Amino acid sequence: MQLARVIGDVVVTRKDENLIGLKLLVLQPLAADGSAAGRTLVAVDAAGAGVGETVFFVRGKEASFPFYPQEVPADAGVVGIVDHWDVEE
Amino acid sequence: MQLGRVIGTVVATQKHRTFEGAKLLLVQPLTLDDKPRGTALLAVDALGAGVHEKVLIVMEGRAAGEALGRKLAPVDAAVVGIVDTVDVAE
Repeated sequence: MQLARVIGDVVVTRKDENLIGLKLLVLQPLAADGSAAGRTLVAVDAAGAGVGETVFFVRGKEASFPFYPQEVPADAGVVGIVDHWDVEE
Repeated sequence: MQLGRVIGTVVATQKHRTFEGAKLLLVQPLTLDDKPRGTALLAVDALGAGVHEKVLIVMEGRAAGEALGRKLAPVDAAVVGIVDTVDVAE
């Protein structure tokens, strides 16, 4: 999993039927110091997250597991909202 | 699997139910000579690893779910060992 900031959402009218009803969020992955790290991506939301929140997300087909047995065609999913994180160097 | 160092912890109240009770660690992947490689990632921990410890992590969904011992867990990385030593003969 990785930390990310939710920087937007995506509205898609015509889509795979297994994406109907799901929220799509634009994520900016974060490094441990909170700086942007790598390319933005779109993820399905399984945590009730919204724009501006810090979250963690999972990559790969496991992103669809929260919606089982619905077979959601997703390769990234938000699975938690971060309260805070602590780094000890 | 990869070697990494635990550099921190993450607290999340609102999360998918399969994460309930699981510890979330920030792990910095390391090269064989202990240099940071890439961005720190979040791994679930069922072993009780602590900050500063060197750990063995899997970065694949099925393996991570098995390490957590929960079916259909939406995870892609887990701590599967606490490293005592690494010897490389070269």
